Amino acid sequence: MTTRTPFLFLPQLILLLTTLVVFGIELVPGDERRRKDWLPAIALTGLGGAAMAIIFLWSRTTTPPAGSILAGMIVVDRFALFFQILAVTTTALVVLLSTDYMRDRTPDQGEFYGLLLIVCLAITLVVAAADLLMVYVGIELLSLTSYVLTGYLREDRKSTEAGIKYFLFGATASAAMLYGMSLFYGATRTTNLAAIATALSEAENSLRGLVIPAAVFLLAGFGFKIAAVPFHQWAPDAYEGAPTPITAFLSVGPKTAGFAVLVRVFLIALPNFYPDWMALLSSISIITMIVSNLVAIFQTNVKRMMAYSSISHAGYILIGIVCWGRGGFGGSFEGISGVLIYLLAYLFTNVGAFAVITAFEEATGSSRIEDYAGLVSRSPALAWAMLVFLFSLAGIPGTGGFIGKLYVFGAAIQARAYTLAVVGIITSVIAAFYYLNLLRYVFFQPPTENPKSITLSATAKITLIVTCVLTLAIGLYAQPFLQLAQASANLW
Amino acid sequence: MIPLHWFLIVAAALFCIGLYGVLSRRNAVGILMGIELMLNAVNVNLVAFWRYLDPLESLGQVFVLFVLAVAAAEAAVGLALIIAIYRNRDTIIVEDIDLMKW
Repeated sequence: MTTRTPFLFLPQLILLLTTLVVFGIELVPGDERRRKDWLPAIALTGLGGAAMAIIFLWSRTTTPPAGSILAGMIVVDRFALFFQILAVTTTALVVLLSTDYMRDRTPDQGEFYGLLLIVCLAITLVVAAADLLMVYVGIELLSLTSYVLTGYLREDRKSTEAGIKYFLFGATASAAMLYGMSLFYGATRTTNLAAIATALSEAENSLRGLVIPAAVFLLAGFGFKIAAVPFHQWAPDAYEGAPTPITAFLSVGPKTAGFAVLVRVFLIALPNFYPDWMALLSSISIITMIVSNLVAIFQTNVKRMMAYSSISHAGYILIGIVCWGRGGFGGSFEGISGVLIYLLAYLFTNVGAFAVITAFEEATGSSRIEDYAGLVSRSPALAWAMLVFLFSLAGIPGTGGFIGKLYVFGAAIQARAYTLAVVGIITSVIAAFYYLNLLRYVFFQPPTENPKSITLSATAKITLIVTCVLTLAIGLYAQPFLQLAQASANLW
Repeated sequence: MIPLHWFLIVAAALFCIGLYGVLSRRNAVGILMGIELMLNAVNVNLVAFWRYLDPLESLGQVFVLFVLAVAAAEAAVGLALIIAIYRNRDTIIVEDIDLMKW
């Protein structure tokens, strides 16, 4: 039974309407302060509505997918819907984080939540894109709004600097990606992903030689979105300078979108070139894991350390994509479902860690690692929450991060990609060093000066509880989440 | 008629000039102009491929229109960010925008 076309577009329509309402509220004359307190609530309502629509579609969708809309530009399958759920959840958590943080820092509240909703809308489009044109438009919508959000605090020197650096790297990367897309169009005369695969499997295609360079150019754009080495240079600066809730968003939202596009484009359009891009992706994965983890050790700013940590996770997740299909689908560790479960756990863990960082910054105005000294005596709740999140990032059993790493490394071993697995495990140990170093400050160092206790706002508490519970739930009772990932990992 | 690969060579040269501009310019507006050159190289590619390989369909032309529109939006956002940084620092020389380093 196919769902009627307008319903397939329902999540996006809800998000778009909410955006318009949020923008519109800025225009209404009257008591400004009271109205601004409503903005997060309206945004959350819209996101909740979109989430329900997505869940409804997920339950109705079977394989093969329910259908495509906009002349085949967008396909609604469980893979896309899974990523849309991730996007909506991330945005909702970031809205919660922003309510207190942004209230004192900027008078322009309406635009902030409006732009945040547009980024979410962009991700829901990108992850469902089945055509290079839609991939391009979606990624640009996602990027342009992210640049603005990164540089949102116009008076803040770091925020504007972060914005412009992010913009210059991003615009160059997307131009390179676009060049790759033009080569694909030349080689196949189409931009539809499935049609590209068909055109490339025809033996007499004389422009087949263009495919490898085109794929490399595409990878520049996608690598930028997922922040993999060598396309990662923007990440530390953008993460450090951006408003902290936006940093939380950047570390999860664009990254999941980038992985969704990467998987879809390479698996659907280029399955015949698997040996070529497999080699490319595994080398990127290895460099990413090694470089990011080594550089992270020397960071003194916690947001910057988290930036390198998030780069390293891109390396681990790439292992799952590289090991797609090798060793057969019959095994218990399948690469793509490993990617999905990893991203699910990573979402709650990373947003949670940034919730702690945001709350700490609200209270002390600092994000330097040495200022975290003695946090356990100032706020035991924050300290123990940080422990959970950092354990999960390090991949210690009992947390979501462990399940993610288990499935990704498991896929690597099953596919006999031992180099990847070994590098992954060694670099995870290195990563544990800098995560535990932060915990050493939090738990064992005496506080430096006048240790005031930190009180948490209601929204911060909600965010921390949700992320903490889900991080532990994925780690301790993984079965339903694994089933969700496995049911969504089917692209065909 | 001029063969297709001549257009592709022009586009590739344009792309490389743009990339060189991005990497070598110190002025943020100059970098933005380099990016625009790269995007125009893409447009030359797309139009040439459309004209020679696929003239009966409109896909190549449509793609070019999308690229033009998005490039305009990108320039607007980029210039806005450049103005914001100029107000903060009185400079748009990227080497001087160095508050954060690894």
